[in-house]
Amino acid sequence: MIVARTGNEAMAEAMRQINPDVVAAYPITPATEVVQLFSKFVHDGKVTTEFVPAESEHSAISACVGASSAGARVMTSTASQGLALMHEILFIAAGLRLPIVICLVNRSLSSPINIHCDHSDSLASRDSGWIQIFSENTQEAYDSTIMAVKIAEKALLPAMVTTDGFIISHGMERVEMVDDDAVPKWLGTRQAKTSLLDVDNPITLGALDLQDYFFEHKRSEIDAMNHVLPIIEEVQNEFGEKFGRHYPIVDEYKMDDAVVAILAMGSTGGTGKVAVDKMREQGKKVGLVRCRIFRPFPKDAMLKAIAKVKVLGIMDRSDTMSTLGGHLYNECRSILYDSNTRPLMKNFIYGLGGRDISIEDIESVYTGLFDIEKSGKVDENIVYYGVRGE
Amino acid sequence: MASLKQLAAQEEKFLGGHRACAGCAATIAARMVLTAAEQPVVVGAATGCLEVVSTIYPYSAWNVPYVHNAFENVAATMSGVEAAYRALKKKGLVKKDLRFIAFGGDGGTYDIGLQALSGMIERRHRVLYVCYNNEAYMNTGIQRSSATPRGAHTTTSPAGTKIPGKMQLRKNLTEIIIAHEPAYAAQATIGYWNDLVTKVRKALDADGPSFINIYAPCRLGWAYVPEKTIKVSKLSVETCVWPLYEYQDGKYRITVKPKGKKPITEFLNLQGRFGHLFKWHDDVPIKEYQEEVDMIWERLLRRSEQ
Repeated sequence: MIVARTGNEAMAEAMRQINPDVVAAYPITPATEVVQLFSKFVHDGKVTTEFVPAESEHSAISACVGASSAGARVMTSTASQGLALMHEILFIAAGLRLPIVICLVNRSLSSPINIHCDHSDSLASRDSGWIQIFSENTQEAYDSTIMAVKIAEKALLPAMVTTDGFIISHGMERVEMVDDDAVPKWLGTRQAKTSLLDVDNPITLGALDLQDYFFEHKRSEIDAMNHVLPIIEEVQNEFGEKFGRHYPIVDEYKMDDAVVAILAMGSTGGTGKVAVDKMREQGKKVGLVRCRIFRPFPKDAMLKAIAKVKVLGIMDRSDTMSTLGGHLYNECRSILYDSNTRPLMKNFIYGLGGRDISIEDIESVYTGLFDIEKSGKVDENIVYYGVRGE
Repeated sequence: MASLKQLAAQEEKFLGGHRACAGCAATIAARMVLTAAEQPVVVGAATGCLEVVSTIYPYSAWNVPYVHNAFENVAATMSGVEAAYRALKKKGLVKKDLRFIAFGGDGGTYDIGLQALSGMIERRHRVLYVCYNNEAYMNTGIQRSSATPRGAHTTTSPAGTKIPGKMQLRKNLTEIIIAHEPAYAAQATIGYWNDLVTKVRKALDADGPSFINIYAPCRLGWAYVPEKTIKVSKLSVETCVWPLYEYQDGKYRITVKPKGKKPITEFLNLQGRFGHLFKWHDDVPIKEYQEEVDMIWERLLRRSEQ
């Protein structure tokens, strides 16, 4: 079925079709609609979910941990400050190996307070043990939400699927929806290995783990993350075969003969592809790489994509506050250390607090990358693109 | 009325071998609460003494399903467990009739976990929340909480030369919970085991959220010898420092009325945490504490007569 939906509507529709056992959530701009629409599904009897309208995001994710520990399939939705308030419990959900899924709408973190998109919220929780899947558009947000449930349950790790606040969350797009019945059928029911509700086989979950065991348990969690990429690949392939939409780990666009390229995440991937097409019409060999899976970081697929170009512009909608640039830039510099071929790299921090990035902006980024290609050197490694006075 | 013989014949749900101090009332409370439960239970605990002493991996004192999430969120965690139970029962994936119990100390309940508790009750999750109230943050080494009474020495309200312990009165959490109109609420203490067991059973039978505030003396933080735990608990009732009462269907009922109300000094002078007050240059801290106790007790008498 082809419909017109905003990102929030598409994620809520995906949640309706998934029909989780429990949803515990708290509204926050720009993710409010996901919670709102889902509440309507509950009250109209379109889902059988037990909805817990928590009194904060902290309690929402805490209730998710409780429900998931009881063997239920559990989802929530949040953004920005909401995810920051969940921060403490994100690590616990991952440590307890609970396959909770968050529909996250990316919004900048305060201060200054702002309600628009950047990636500072999800990237601030990059080390929490959650799988992170970024969406380029509404279709991908919808598909990834459904896939995330399967990925999380196979990996026994929680997952967040993100959309760019307002840009995707409130932008109406064409979405191909899967049939209602097909989603639960494809997902099956969650097969939890243990449950708090199994009173005949009582378990103790969340025990105090001191010097003699903590490290082994943490190591096994890290190991679980090491095994996530093949699971994502498998689920994406299954999804593609079943529903006809195929997703890569790293999205390469016109990279085969590209001389310069940009790397981006989220909706900028889509904007960038239009810029690539325009420049290709002018005979310029440009390409685009989109990081779809940020956690775990897809080292091999990313190296394969970026190592071959001469100049790479890394577009980060976030800053690490380390004086070393943005998140993608740091990851890529790290993985390229062992590579025999390394592109010249420049980091463009852009779009913080929702500042618009246009097709023309990206074209000008490409033009700058060609200048670097010509001169063979990068004068300034990290620039703040679109800031007044720079 | 529970019989000790019957209770003693039950399988233990909270086992020995844990690391609690000798004379710890929190673990006595946990064992009593679980013993009282006539249905299978799932337990959650907030970070705190009870959690720390009972689950040092790979050991567990809990012979029932148990979950610990974090400090401030046991009420939210158990909200989720109870919601999952309703969801999975609806689908026929869980067959048994279960009950849910959350344990938190006064730190996890009066202070950092108050919001989550308020939310759990307002949303009407059928969970019994048990606060084991030892009137300070004992797990981190006896720091003041909003349950710490006037004049008590703690490491963050020390008995100084200028300021004699905590300057403020206790928060009346039980009344805050009653304002939420729970299905059942009560105050209990371990020294009155039958009263406690009866209240737990009433709470678990009540169709909705319930709350029991269990006064749980801490021999380390209150500074008395371990064998006096029960005596201190009983004196808290005899002095009306900790009135035993319940609230259900809009009605208050005092469940244990002390014969002749003793002055609070009889309760205070057993405990090192109040020792400095007896050497202080005036009687203001003790007087203020006594006035608070009198006011609350008299109000309770009025409410329970209605």
